[in-house]
Parts: sequence; C-alpha cells; structure tokens
Amino acid sequence: MAVEILKEKYRSKVGEVVLGATKEEGGTRSHTITVGGETSLPYLHFEGETPNRPVMALEVWDTAPTEWPPFFEKFYGDVWNDPGEWAKKCVNEFGADLIQLRLAGADPDINDASPEDCTVAVKKVLEAVGVPLIVIGCGKPEKDNLIYAPVAEAAAGENLLLGVAELENYKAVNSACMANKHNIIASSPIDINICKQLNILIIEMSTAMANRIIIDPTVAALGYGAEYSFSIMERARNGALQGDKMLGMPMIGNIGSEVWRTKEAITPTEDEPGWGEQEERGILWEATTAMAYLQSGIDMLVMRHPEALKIIEKQIDDLMQDNSY
Amino acid sequence: MIIIGERINGMYNDIGKAIKGKDPKPIQEWARRQEEGGADYLDLNVGPASPNKIEAMKWLIEVTQEASDLPLCLDSTNYDAIEEGLKLCKKPAMINSVPAEMPKMERVFPMAVQYGAEVVALAMNEEGIPKDADSRIALAAELVATADSLGFSPEMLYIDPLTLPCNVAQDHGPEVMRTLREIKLISDPSPKTVIGLSNISQGTQNRDLINRTFAVMAMANGLDAGIVDANDNELMSAIATARILLNKDIYCDSFVNVFINRNR
Repeated sequence: MAVEILKEKYRSKVGEVVLGATKEEGGTRSHTITVGGETSLPYLHFEGETPNRPVMALEVWDTAPTEWPPFFEKFYGDVWNDPGEWAKKCVNEFGADLIQLRLAGADPDINDASPEDCTVAVKKVLEAVGVPLIVIGCGKPEKDNLIYAPVAEAAAGENLLLGVAELENYKAVNSACMANKHNIIASSPIDINICKQLNILIIEMSTAMANRIIIDPTVAALGYGAEYSFSIMERARNGALQGDKMLGMPMIGNIGSEVWRTKEAITPTEDEPGWGEQEERGILWEATTAMAYLQSGIDMLVMRHPEALKIIEKQIDDLMQDNSY
Repeated sequence: MIIIGERINGMYNDIGKAIKGKDPKPIQEWARRQEEGGADYLDLNVGPASPNKIEAMKWLIEVTQEASDLPLCLDSTNYDAIEEGLKLCKKPAMINSVPAEMPKMERVFPMAVQYGAEVVALAMNEEGIPKDADSRIALAAELVATADSLGFSPEMLYIDPLTLPCNVAQDHGPEVMRTLREIKLISDPSPKTVIGLSNISQGTQNRDLINRTFAVMAMANGLDAGIVDANDNELMSAIATARILLNKDIYCDSFVNVFINRNR
C-alpha cells in the first residue's frame, strides 16, 4: 500500500520585491533581481516553492575602511579609494550579485562627507557596474536624514534598495523612497513586534510601499546572539506563510559587518595561536553565520570576505537543489 | 476568528424595505461597511417577509457582489433558494444552515459538495436545542458522520453548538464552552465551530458587553467563526485582542487596525 506523505499546507506566501531597473524600466541596470516569493519554509521544495535564489551583496564603502583586518587589503586595497572600481571588482572578480554601498564617509567622525559627495559616490557605483544597488547611510540618523533625499533623487529610476528605516527614524528615508520609487530596508532590533509595527507605519505613509519593503531583522554573528535573530526570522517567516501580510516581506542580513567585529574574526593569529590562522578563522566565522541564516529563510546576505561569499555560493547551490518527491 | 457579518438580513427594517422595493443601495452600503469593519464573509438572509424567497435571494446575491468581493454566507431554511443562490456566487460560499435532521442533511451536504460550499450545521434536531454538552456533542458527531458518508469533508463543516439568551438559560453557558472544546475531538481533521453571537444577549441590557465577553470566552475554548456585527468596534477590538493573547497573531502596537484591515 502506498504511504501518503503528510505535507504542511501554507496559507500564504512571502511577497516578491524587484530590485534595480533596466533601461526599458527607466533605469540603467543590466538586469533586475527579484527576491522573496517563497511559498514554504526554507528549501522545503517538496512543500512549496523557493522561486528566487537568495542573493549576496558585497560591501563597498565611499571611503577606505581603516579598521578592517589587514588581509582585506590584498582584495580591496587597490580599489578602496574609488567606490566605482571597488564595486566593479566585487562584481567581476568576486561574483557579487549586487553591491551594498555604505556611505560611511558621511559619518561626522569619519569624513563628514556632504550629501553631494554621497550622490557622487552613488553615481560612480551606478556607472561602474550593472547590478542592482543597495545604498545605506553612515548609521547616524541625524546625518543620514540629510542624505536620503538627494541620493534617492540622484538615483531616480534605478529602483534602489535604500536604508535604513528604524521605528524611531523612518519618515525621511521612506519619503525619499516614495518620491523616487525606491525600495526600503526596514530595520528592527531583533524584535518581531517592532519589525511588524515598522512595516505597518511605512505602509501607512504609502500603500505603494507594501511590495517595496525588505525586512532587516538585525542579524547577530555566530556566538553573539545569532539564535535570537534566527528565532525572530523563523517567527516572521511562519507568520508570513500563515497570512500575516505585515511580515510577508523578504529579509536581508548584514553578515559581514557583524562578523568582522567579533573577537573570533579580528583577533590576530599571534595573539591567539590556538585559535588557528586569523583569516581562515574569520572566513569560516562569516560563512557559518551566513549558512545558519540561510536556514531561517533569509533572502539577501551582505558579505565582506570574497572567500566567504564563495563558500556560501556553493551552499546556496546545494540548498536550491530540488528535493521534492 | 472568521468574521461572518450579520447585517444584511431582512429582519432589519432597512434591509427588509430594500429587498421589498428592490433598492440595492442599503444592501451595498452595508456590504461595504461590513467589509471595512473587518468581515471575512457576508451573511445574506432575505428575512421572513419576502414572498418569493428564491428570487429575493438571487437579487440579494447579485447586488451584494456588485459592492463587495467577500465570499457569501447564504442564510435560509429554503434550500431551493440556497441552491439557486449558489449558482450565482462568484466565490465558494457558505450554506447557513442545516440541523442534524436526516432529510435536511441529505439535501444540504450533496449540494455543498456539488458547489464546493462550506456548511454551517446546528447541534439540534427535531427535538430542539439540547440542554447539555453531551447531547450537543452527540448531535455534532451525527452531523460529522452524515457529512462524511455523503462525501463532505469535516474541515468544511462549521458546527454551531447553539446558544440561548443568557437571561433565559444561564446554565447553557458552560455547556456551550465544553461543547466547543469537545467538538474538536470528534474527527481528524476536526470540524470547525461557529456561533451566531448576538443570540446570547437577546433581551438583556448592555448587549454589546455580553456579546464581546462571550466572543472572547468562546475563542479561548477554540471557536473558529462567528456570525457577528462586524461594525461593533468594541467587539472587533476584543476579538483582535483575544487573537493576540491566544498567540494567533503576532503582536504589534497597531494590532487592532491590522486585524480589521487584514483582508484588504
């Protein structure tokens, strides 16, 4: 007698968000990237579909980073004074699906770059590469709020992913996205309730933003509360699949920037010889963190080390293998 | 909880008059208002006054569907009117209702299978409404068994344990609560449960308070659906809150609005 395999039925699905715009669509990207659209828990191809492969961005800054471990110089040292060249290398040599440009130089404590300087950096990257672009501020809301509008306007038509919106500070970035038809990163501090509330507030400003939100639930590095982030993401995804539209958005995680400030990744080999060689250790820390989040259903990973990206590329290949029966 | 909006019923003066005078406006106004209030389904009942129940039901369905895309709950004891109505429904509808009486079950369940409709079934028979939980559960089991034998899945069945006004039959309250819990044990997959909410407060003072308190208690005992006043904001807020406390929805500060606007 044939055994009937019980399969979970999901009531709803994750929304799809399209990033970038080609010439026909009013932008200058060589192609667009669609994320989300899952109809089951992650990679249960026998229960539903994962129509869009998770994508990986590499980080590009508008100023040469000074606190990255020295071995990053061999990858980025020749280009990190030019965000356009840096982006080109990430795409052409390291295989990034898209670029996340962090306007770190705008930070008053770094270069205090003006909004105009920021738009120049954004344009440089747009001209240098054809992939869709993520642009985030320096992380200081009072400064970032001055940057969003000019950057959004300068890149009008490009269908950027712009961030970040937070519960206490979402209006400026949301207005910039609404006015220029960009997508928004809605960031919450490992808190499902705030995650949902922020999505509601963004959509209340404009219902057109409903399919333009990417959730950033805040990812912690392995060993620094990753399990809390994981369980929030799991809960959000379960909610989405059960029909909670206010949680039915794709998710993004800044893996690289979180991992490369843990002591496991930044402690030099000579300080802790027992921990193994630092670069290899850091790569594995970044890759392992990313792997865990793939299992939670994350749709977009922002990575830093090209070797970690390579490991995860292979992992995604495996996860996307059809296992339906 | 699935909200079935009760307002389009010929028992209400404005609706009765509208049906009689073939004036679609009040019907469509209430269809929209209930949708805005947070209804999942719209109950349609032509009321006692309509001389031609079939024609009245057909007209009611047509004008309602012009104003709202919500699925309909066809509320009549005239099964020919329901059958004619089912032919017009754009979305799979709900049949409201059938008691645990053999000829009626034999009429309703095959019709529901044919049209892909869900069914509200009453835990009562020719002898009336049972006094205690055990008799209600026995009738519920009969409904499930008969439905199953006629090819109708229990998952599509909404059993109403039937409430009586709390000032008349106070002792029924706990019996209804136990019935709600135990109906779930009858079969796997289990049938769903529904309650026509406002019956509990007939003839009492402060009806809204009684209705919403009862709704929350019934939800805690597993109630799946209610035929309710979807424009009673306090009731809808209480239901939204109960869903949070029962971990059915993920909390956020705007949880009441999110619940009310969930279908939009």
